Amino acid sequence: MDVRDSPDEAAFRVRLRTWLAENLPEGWGTPGFAEPAGPEGLAFRKDWSRRLYEAGFIGLIWPRAYGGFEAPITHQAILMEELGRAGAPDHASPIGLGMAGPAILAHGTEEQRRRYLPRILTGEEVWCQGFSEPEAGSDLASLRTRAEIDGDDYVITGQKVWSSFAHDADQCILLARTDTAAERHAGLTYFILPMHARGVEVRPLTQITGEAEFNEIFLDGVRVPAANVVGEPGQGWTVAVTTLMHERANLAVMLTVRLDHALNRLIALARSTRRGGRRAADDPMVRDRIAALWTDIQALRVTNARAMETIASAGVPGPEGSIVKLVWADANQRLTKLALDIEGPYAILSGGEHAIQDGLWQRLQLRSRGNSIEGGTSEILRDVIAERILGLPRSR
Amino acid sequence: MNLTETQDQRALRDQARGFLERRYPISRVAALADGDGFPRQGWEEIAELGWTAIGVSEGSGGAGLGFAEEAVLAEELGRALFPGPFLATVILALPALAADLELQKEVAFGRAPATLAWAGPDGAFETDRFPVGVGRGARRHHLYGSTWFVPDLALAEIAVVAGEGSQGPGVWGVRLGGDGVSRRDLPTIDATRRLGALFLEGAEGTLLAEGEAAVELLDRIRDRVLAALAMEAVGVASTALEMAVQHARTRAQFGRPIGAFQAVSQQLAEAYVEVESARSLSLWAAAEVASGHGDRYRVAAAAKAFATEAAVRTCERAIQVHGGMGFTWEHPLHRFYRRAEWILAFMDRPTGLRERVAASLLDPAEVSEGDG
Repeated sequence: MDVRDSPDEAAFRVRLRTWLAENLPEGWGTPGFAEPAGPEGLAFRKDWSRRLYEAGFIGLIWPRAYGGFEAPITHQAILMEELGRAGAPDHASPIGLGMAGPAILAHGTEEQRRRYLPRILTGEEVWCQGFSEPEAGSDLASLRTRAEIDGDDYVITGQKVWSSFAHDADQCILLARTDTAAERHAGLTYFILPMHARGVEVRPLTQITGEAEFNEIFLDGVRVPAANVVGEPGQGWTVAVTTLMHERANLAVMLTVRLDHALNRLIALARSTRRGGRRAADDPMVRDRIAALWTDIQALRVTNARAMETIASAGVPGPEGSIVKLVWADANQRLTKLALDIEGPYAILSGGEHAIQDGLWQRLQLRSRGNSIEGGTSEILRDVIAERILGLPRSR
Repeated sequence: MNLTETQDQRALRDQARGFLERRYPISRVAALADGDGFPRQGWEEIAELGWTAIGVSEGSGGAGLGFAEEAVLAEELGRALFPGPFLATVILALPALAADLELQKEVAFGRAPATLAWAGPDGAFETDRFPVGVGRGARRHHLYGSTWFVPDLALAEIAVVAGEGSQGPGVWGVRLGGDGVSRRDLPTIDATRRLGALFLEGAEGTLLAEGEAAVELLDRIRDRVLAALAMEAVGVASTALEMAVQHARTRAQFGRPIGAFQAVSQQLAEAYVEVESARSLSLWAAAEVASGHGDRYRVAAAAKAFATEAAVRTCERAIQVHGGMGFTWEHPLHRFYRRAEWILAFMDRPTGLRERVAASLLDPAEVSEGDG
């Protein structure tokens, strides 16, 4: 057992830290620095992605043939940790890196791999995801978007929801029904949908915080070449599920690093907030809850490392990784709630000069309610553990 | 980070699991708990397996392994609810006996069970106040005082005693068959691990450590106990969860196995999440303690707090899933539940342990951004 970096891992970490120190945008992370929004924001993230890639930090575990570096999977975890630690800007296409890319790598044609993968790594093309529908959330396999073959094309009609990045996206990974006669899962096909095609309309979806992080996508007779099918027609479910499993380990590291960041901010809040003549950080209940959150984050960190080791040694994810999303969602919800408890009556103020940190924690607390819903509700995740890991009989 | 078991650790785990299944099935553990307790000759069998000399250096005839291996055993012993004095002898007492080769030999190879007497009637294990002191002048290694919460005292032949000496804190080895020693059993919720009170009235002690060295030794033992009990809690919780899952698969009500009802299955999934989180923390704590890293106290404290609460909750969920059966004396679940409660309360409860963690996070003058 060893809880520290190997010499090779340590060298990689140092190289990455040095590069970040020299290359983060000037003023990044200081209170006066605001990340550009809108089209400028997109250009900013694309530029950052390209530089990160050219420095050798994106596509670490992808094959060299498609622009990757074939590094050990632990380097990928270190990358996530260090980007999180530095609070670095996001890559322009997390859906491309985390979902579309692995799916195309595993199930795509050679032509698809050469066409799409390099442009994902550089951030040149932004991707979004078209899985959920208004009538198909947890029961994803009941989705209704139809794709009908017409010559060399499919014609796609339907509606997708909860799609982040869709307003900026060039490509979309889309699940649609190609066979209405087949069993639910068997009739689905995985497509690459060009977002600039005729008949694609994107509308922002205003969420509980008042912001619009996600979109709805309306598809009205969109023509997509049959060459854009990933895997075989009717195999869409398998393509979606297998690639999700592999990417969960990386996502888990990123979520954990962000949670650790949030805890540091919460600690700063507890130390700087006074109530009843003493620091919130001296309240025994606050102290106990902060220590419990720290403990949960350490458990996540080690569980992620165990999951990485299983992937590295067995080639497939083990059962331990399945708990991370559940623990993370619960911890983040408790963390943001504790921030509001620390703020006391100021928890009611959402902005303006008297609000604490301009209402940051009020937004984060509302946003955290999505954590136990997005990417698989906690109930569905526990169902999966009960059936696949514990071997309990199916409940539905 | 690499927490994967080594081949040696895997072999040790397999050996332990096989031995315990054969020699200590839960029916035998229950009979021992309800009867006279663990038999003295049972410990000789354990010593023959080499489990008492795992951490002893190869130069002194031991296995030359370390705490990581002792932690593997702690988990397996917890899983089987082993009723012998492993915690007392190996985790608590042996590290102190390295200073006296004669005593170490007797315990590591001579099959003498040992224990550690440290806390007073308040059950607190502190290094700045002790319930035991030494005599004056020529009698400076004669010990006086009473210590409580001494694990497996009734079985022990040698006790390591922490006390206040003439040079500050001290640690002594005491033969319990000698003069000036008396002991009393304390009725204990978990009869597979009994506690005693030790009364010393001029008992002769062999000095093992003194002053700063004694404090360091006791700190090290405390970290070992916290990490070992965290691992043990993982073992206890794993068995309780397995029993509950097995029951939920086979027990039918309303025409189907109760595990098909989400009110049941979601509880068990949540228990799995807690047990695996506890396993992660405990493995990390064991690695930190084994390496002697400076952060080991905080990590071990957090792991013990989390894992013991997880074990108690998992036992409670398992009892609930078992329905009326889980509430009977006959069913073994209550024995695991009792052990979980024992571990949770011993040395420091979760609230106290988390306060140590909180102090490290909230009280230093500067909080380092992005640490960890």
